[in-house]
Formats: sequence, structure tokens, C-alpha cells
Amino acid sequence: MIWLTWRQFRGSATMMAAVLVVLAAALALTGPNLASDYAAGIAGCTPDNTCLDFFDRFFGEYDIPFLALTLVVLILPALVGLFWGAPLITRELEAGTHLLVWNQSITRGRWLAVKLGLTGLAAMAAAGVCGLAVTWWSDPLDKSAVPEMAQMAPVVFGARGIAPMGYAAFAFVLGVTVGMLVRRTLPAMALTLAVFAAIQLAMPLLVRPHLMPPVPGTFELGRENMDGLGAPGGGSLQIFLRTSAVPGHAGAWVLSSKLVDPSGRTISSGDGSSGPSSTIVRAVPVSTTSGPCSLQGLPAEGCTAEINRLGYRQQATYQPLERFWPFQWIETGIYALLTLGLAWFSFWWLRRRLS
Amino acid sequence: MTSVLEAQALGRKYGKRWALRECTIDIPVGHVVGLVGPNGAGKTTLLKLACGQLEPSAGGVTVLGGRPGDTPAQLAKVGFVAQDTPVYAGLTIAEHLRLGARLNPRWDEAMARERIAQLGLAPAQRAGKLSGGQRAQLALTLGLAKRPELLILDEPVASLDPLARREFLQGLTEAAVAHKLSVLLSSHLVSDLERICDYVIVLADSRVQMAGKVDQIMAGHHRLTGPRRDPDRLPADQHVISASHTERQSTYVVRTDTPIHDPAWTVTQLSLEDLVLAYMDKRTADNRRAALEVQR
Repeated sequence: MIWLTWRQFRGSATMMAAVLVVLAAALALTGPNLASDYAAGIAGCTPDNTCLDFFDRFFGEYDIPFLALTLVVLILPALVGLFWGAPLITRELEAGTHLLVWNQSITRGRWLAVKLGLTGLAAMAAAGVCGLAVTWWSDPLDKSAVPEMAQMAPVVFGARGIAPMGYAAFAFVLGVTVGMLVRRTLPAMALTLAVFAAIQLAMPLLVRPHLMPPVPGTFELGRENMDGLGAPGGGSLQIFLRTSAVPGHAGAWVLSSKLVDPSGRTISSGDGSSGPSSTIVRAVPVSTTSGPCSLQGLPAEGCTAEINRLGYRQQATYQPLERFWPFQWIETGIYALLTLGLAWFSFWWLRRRLS
Repeated sequence: MTSVLEAQALGRKYGKRWALRECTIDIPVGHVVGLVGPNGAGKTTLLKLACGQLEPSAGGVTVLGGRPGDTPAQLAKVGFVAQDTPVYAGLTIAEHLRLGARLNPRWDEAMARERIAQLGLAPAQRAGKLSGGQRAQLALTLGLAKRPELLILDEPVASLDPLARREFLQGLTEAAVAHKLSVLLSSHLVSDLERICDYVIVLADSRVQMAGKVDQIMAGHHRLTGPRRDPDRLPADQHVISASHTERQSTYVVRTDTPIHDPAWTVTQLSLEDLVLAYMDKRTADNRRAALEVQR
């Protein structure tokens, strides 16, 4: 049975292996350079405290390969589910060959176990290699990424560490199960993609924020959580508050960020204007005609100090970067459980209903 | 163990429709059994129940004394060649044999190779490139080399031309004799079965109409032709299978265990085909009558 599984699978396995080898080679060739550039940059910026500028420059230089690789790791499990999972059984059903193979001297359960086991392990291995290689390569970039692209950020988190293995295993078994239920390859592929995409969206939006209770915090305003100030006229001062960063916790995943006034009430008005991306605009009644925040004074540090002195604060909840690995394990565990559940269902369905 | 297949009130339904119902048969070991009936009569359902591809909805079935398809040992005893003789299009003939060798403990490698060589097939050829007849032969080879005690074939010759049909059935008969194999094959053409079967089951309208050894069946059925007569006036031990009347003449197909001595009748021997058709007809005639009665 192992031989037959391999014989049927070797084409797609070879293709996947070839793609991974090319990818790994490219990463292995460019990775060390990237790391040494980063080390040199850090050595240069630490003395004069300009590392934030260096990060911006460094990340800006490599953001396209960074995003492309992240995307590859995110898409790989879906491809596995679509092209390995869904056709695994529908292909047999469509050609009628299930009747051939189910009448050899092995039970259907054993047949499915070997197919699921071998192909599933290959899927996990492919996603694992891809995910860990990209994690290794991206390390300098992860350290210098803008907050929206930090390791804990929803898009990047799923493309790092061991989570891709969990996704791949789940997508594969999902494809197999949908294939068993739908019994035709193309509809099964479409349905697998739809369900998997929905789950991959629901996970970071609905589940992941609550894997551990978020940390609440109140922070003074500064360069890390404020993207500038504005004085549109009319007397009030506009603060461009970042929604994805809190000071002192670089790389944290910020779940909520709001501006509170000295009495602790949330300020929700922003005079209707909009600021840079990933910010919210909040108007505070601070004079822009005189004092540290007058037009002449902008954008002086004095104004920021004045706002902080008056008691305006950022109030945020976040998941700190230190939780990256715990989250990776928990999330991979959740997907492993889903995978086992679906696998159990597919065995049950094979015995009871599929014939 | 003297039964190859024993079914007790066996039934299977898809949704609300019964594909097979109240099927009670007991097929002794060592026969080439023909399962015949019109399309949609439940032949495939019965065969799939026998090899464990389907679970019964009612009743039970044992094949060679075991529950069909339950264990590797049971699977090893029963070979199945499915309708349209599916094979893996992407695998070569040699790889199919390897598949058989890997998945069957009783695999007869020498026999498989010999058959393939006799058929003039190149082992390196992909199964997807084979003709219908060659594909059927490959599927049959897989079924035979597994060395089952019972080989089940579902419409194996349906898509073959007459020559390929004859070759296939010939090969099957030879193998059945050589390996003392019981064979159960279905067809909707009696002519296919007439040549090789010594036991026949007629299935129509989801029910078994008749089952028995061909020679006994032939001996027990007669066509009577003579002056017109009502069926009520036939002796009680003569069961009418079909009847047709002209103004002056009646023709009956009857089943009886006693010889017919009535000098008014001209008794003729039926061919198996006539007989099977009479049984299939009887069913539809009964149905028509039932339908009419309901309408009244």
C-alpha cells in the first residue's frame, strides 16, 4: 500500500520538492548577506541612537521579497489542500478505481490510513521546511519590520514558525474530507478553498486574540505610538495615534489603541480628517496659537511633552512579542486537533457511507 | 462449507427506492453463476453487497461463510472486477501487477505474467492507452492472480465487441476450470451467459425471479403449444410463467417437475434465453396487471 501511495503521489511530491529546493537555495544564498547587512546597520546606528531610521530604511529596501515570501508560506497549505487533499479520493471515485483498490486484500480503513498518513506527513514536511526556512531568512527583517508587519501581526504570524505545518495538515485533511462528501474533484477543490480561506480569516480575527488574555496598558505619547501632530486651524490640536504599536513593547500585536483624556475618558472625535495609514486622528483641546504647540513650535518635542503633561494617554491592549512561541504552539495544537477530528470523521464516513 | 453466497431477505435501498429487496438465495460452491436481468434490476447492487462495497439495508448476506469485505482475509477470498473494468490510467501494466502483488498475500505472480504475455500486452504500456478489451483483460488478470475462491464480475463484457467478448469469456472459463474457482458474473445479455454459466439467477424489478442450475431449469420448463385453453384448466403442478393466445391457439411457458403427457400439447424445449425473457416478461406483466387493478 505504501508503494501504491508513493506511486500515485510521486509526481506531485517531486514537483513540490523541486520548488522547495529552489526556494531553499535562493534563501540560503541571500540569507547570510541580509543578516550581515543587518548586523552592520545595527552596529552603525546604536551609538547615535538612530536605529529606528535604520529599521525603516532596511525594511523598506527588502519589503517586496519579505511580503512575497510571507505570501508563499501562507498560500502553500491552501495549495496542499486543493491539489493533494481534495483529489486524493475524488480522483479514485471519478475513475472508478476505488472499486479496484478496495477489492484487493486490504481493508479500506488501512488504505485510507496509509494515504492520509503518508501524504499528510509530506504536506506537513513541505510546509514545515518552507515555513522554517522563511522564518530563518526573515529574522533580520522581522526585527526591523514596521509594527503592522511584525512577527505577531496577523498576516506574518501565520507564515512563521511551526504554524504552517498545522495549517498544511489541516488543509490536507479538509480537502480529503470535502472530497469524500462532494465526490467530484473540481467542486471539492472550490469548496476546500472557500472553507479553508474562511477558517484562516476567522482564526486571527476571532480566535487568536483570545488565546491568552490580552495585556492592558496606558502609555505616554511619543514617537513610537504617535505618527505626528497636526493643527488644521480652529484651535484644536490633532494627534495621529498609531493603532498598531505601543511604546516599550516592540513587535507587540496591538489589539486596541485609543486616546484618553486626563480624566480617563476616551476621545473619539477627530475633526473628520484622516492621518497616515494605521493611525487614528484624535482632536484634543490644546492651543495651537500659543504655547509649546503653536504652529511655530510644531513638530517640536515640546508639544509632545506638553500633551503628556496635560495627561493625555494612549490606552491599549496588546499581545506582547514574548508570546510568539506560546501562540505558535497553541495555534498549531488547535489545528492538530481539528485535523485529528476531520481524519476521524473521514474514516467513519468511509466505513459507513462511502460506497 | 458448501455455499458460495447465502442471502437471507437481503435488501438495499438508496434513499426511498429499493434497489434490491427480499433477496433469498443460496448458491453452492463451484459454479459459474450468471446473474441476468434488465438494466436497473439490481444486479450491480447485489454484486456490490456480495463483495462488501455496499452495506445491506435489510437482511444479511454471507460470502464463503464470512461477512463480505470485513477483514483482509475475507477480501483475499473474493475477487471483484467492477463495471467498466476500471484500472489506473497512469500506471503501466507491470505496475498494476506490482500493485496486485503488494496488496494480496496469495498473489500468483507467475500466472499474472503468463496471462499478460499470452494476451500479447507489453508490460511497460500505460493502462490508459489500452483498448476496452485489453483493459478488461488486465482487470480480469488482477482478479484472477489474486487467487480468490470466488470471482465476481459486474458486466465485464458490456463494452466489448463480439470478438473481445468471446475471448474474455473464454479466458474466464478456462481460469475458472483451472483454479476450481466459483464465478459470479452479471450481464443484461443472456447470450453472454448461455455459453459459460451452469447456474443462473434472474433478477428483475429489484427481486430475484428465478435461481437454479441451468440443466435443472431447462429440464423443468417447457413451452406448450396447442388449441386455445384457459390457464385455469392447466394441471395444478404446472406453473405458468408466460402465456400468449391467438384466436385458436395458446402458447404457455410452464414450470413443472412432472412429465407432460397431455396429447393436445406440442411440447418444445426452450432455450435459456427464451426462458429468462419469459421470467423477465412475467414480472413486467404482473406489474402491469397490478397497476391496472389499482386504476380500477
